[in-house]
Amino acid sequence: MKELVIISGKGGTGKTSITGAFAALAGNSVLADCDVDAADLHLLLKPRIIQKHDFYGGSRALIRNELCTDCGKCREVCRFDAIEIRGPVSPHRQKTYQVDPVACEGCGLCAYFCPAQAIQFDPALNGEWYISGTNYGPMVHAQLGMAEGNSGKLVSLIRQEAKKIAEEEKIENLLIDGSPGIGCPVIASITGADQVLIITEPTLSGLHDLQRVAELTRHFHIPAMVGINKWDINEELTGEITRQAEELGLTMAGKIRYSRAVTEAQVKQMPIVEYTNDGISQDIRELWQVVMGELNKS
Amino acid sequence: MKIAVASGKGGTGKTTIAVNLAYVASHAGERIALLDCDVEEPNAHIFLKPKIREKHSVGVLIPEVDQKKCTLCGKCGEICQYNAIVSLPKKVLVYPELCHSCGGCALVCPEQAVAEISREIGKIEQGQAGHIWFAHGILNIGEIMSPPMIKAVKHAAPPAELIIIDAPPGTSCPVIEAVRGVDYTILVTEPTPFGLHDLKLAVGMLRTLEINFGVVINRSDLGDQGVREYCDENSIRILAEIPDDRRIAESYSRGEIICESLPEYQSIFKTLIQTVVAKTGNKLKARA
Repeated sequence: MKELVIISGKGGTGKTSITGAFAALAGNSVLADCDVDAADLHLLLKPRIIQKHDFYGGSRALIRNELCTDCGKCREVCRFDAIEIRGPVSPHRQKTYQVDPVACEGCGLCAYFCPAQAIQFDPALNGEWYISGTNYGPMVHAQLGMAEGNSGKLVSLIRQEAKKIAEEEKIENLLIDGSPGIGCPVIASITGADQVLIITEPTLSGLHDLQRVAELTRHFHIPAMVGINKWDINEELTGEITRQAEELGLTMAGKIRYSRAVTEAQVKQMPIVEYTNDGISQDIRELWQVVMGELNKS
Repeated sequence: MKIAVASGKGGTGKTTIAVNLAYVASHAGERIALLDCDVEEPNAHIFLKPKIREKHSVGVLIPEVDQKKCTLCGKCGEICQYNAIVSLPKKVLVYPELCHSCGGCALVCPEQAVAEISREIGKIEQGQAGHIWFAHGILNIGEIMSPPMIKAVKHAAPPAELIIIDAPPGTSCPVIEAVRGVDYTILVTEPTPFGLHDLKLAVGMLRTLEINFGVVINRSDLGDQGVREYCDENSIRILAEIPDDRRIAESYSRGEIICESLPEYQSIFKTLIQTVVAKTGNKLKARA
């Protein structure tokens, strides 16, 4: 089983459209959407949900007002400004303490140090994750709750479940749609993967972000390739990226032309390679061939 | 007044909107600061080309265990929710990247064997781009947690009439940290199914946080009508629309400010900043 993770550094370079196209070209692979705080792959692959699971990433504090003695110890130990003081609730009670669930980091100090044992500290529901069927193979995806954290843990969970399915069903390829950036969810999605494909674009921002994400893959010793999307927007920068990719130790996997058909296919909710056979789909097919070749070598 | 520019989906044009707003506001004589809070992939400097005058390191507190004082009682490992400190039979191990700096291990240690020391997670650079005061945070490669870095960039801001925050993409912890405490958020999206889906998530996040917001539709002549219909149905104000002009894409690719290279777009950004400032109940106070 080979695991390919598609990331980009910069957002909006085309990761998901390309992952969707790869899913269609691969025929049967396990798919995972690890961009858990803005997951879009399901909009192209139209998964039919088979299993639904709750995701508890951490715990959260809750002050039980009837037990609280208003001593303020919780507020004193909290480093995340998550304990708020609310105004008088009754003539006998000048103030009450409350946990701001968004600010709460789930460290549990307030519950541990509360002399009245008035603080509950229970696992918090941070989201849901799903195992689904698609026309291109099983898919594992998730939905993080509104303003919830713990995205890195959810990413790790999704990858683990996707790998399990690939092994059980003896499916050769695992394709993972990653998230932008270089932080927690990205690190959780690439550590230990066989190959990373970085999708960039010929803009100064794209180049800058490619340099940072390439440093990240090197830091974790993961072999990485580059694909340049919308390469014809700025041919000079495409040349520059190609040159720098080599210096950065990245394999140049291919380039894809700019086409409005990508948006049209998205509106029709289908992978671009099924929507059109034009140049852009040819570009993606060629990219896929190179990526497959590299993946099989790794 | 603090205004954040955010989006669920990446690459919709947050940085473009943020730097062009900063540009038109500063040209109107406003005392303005731009904070690039996309500390994982900061890009605003590419467009603003600031002169960096100051750099400083940003650290977070992590435990350091004095093994001589430690009696291996295990209390530190018990209180830690992040597995950042683990008490083994012969030694206490610290995993610095996992630590959230809550300070619990130091507080519970009965032998005072746990001290807290600072560990660098990134750098802040600050300076001036024309009349715009500028700062960005750069998270060190391999670091997991960007929120403390984002907090530090926000703390670096000088007193300014208008602070524009360029937020990271997504709807999770880093974005929440970037938009917390702002007076208004501009959500940038594009009129596509991906744009709409991620816009809904961003709207949900801002409503949970009780932050006022409006929407800018970028590349507005692409895609479909989904975003407009959604905004209509949910009484969300569309603040501006920017067309899919290839000249904008090319200008962006070269790191140019659109208001400078394509002055015909200045009026969109001027109207946008006035609308947003009016929404916060403020007025632009031009410097004498």
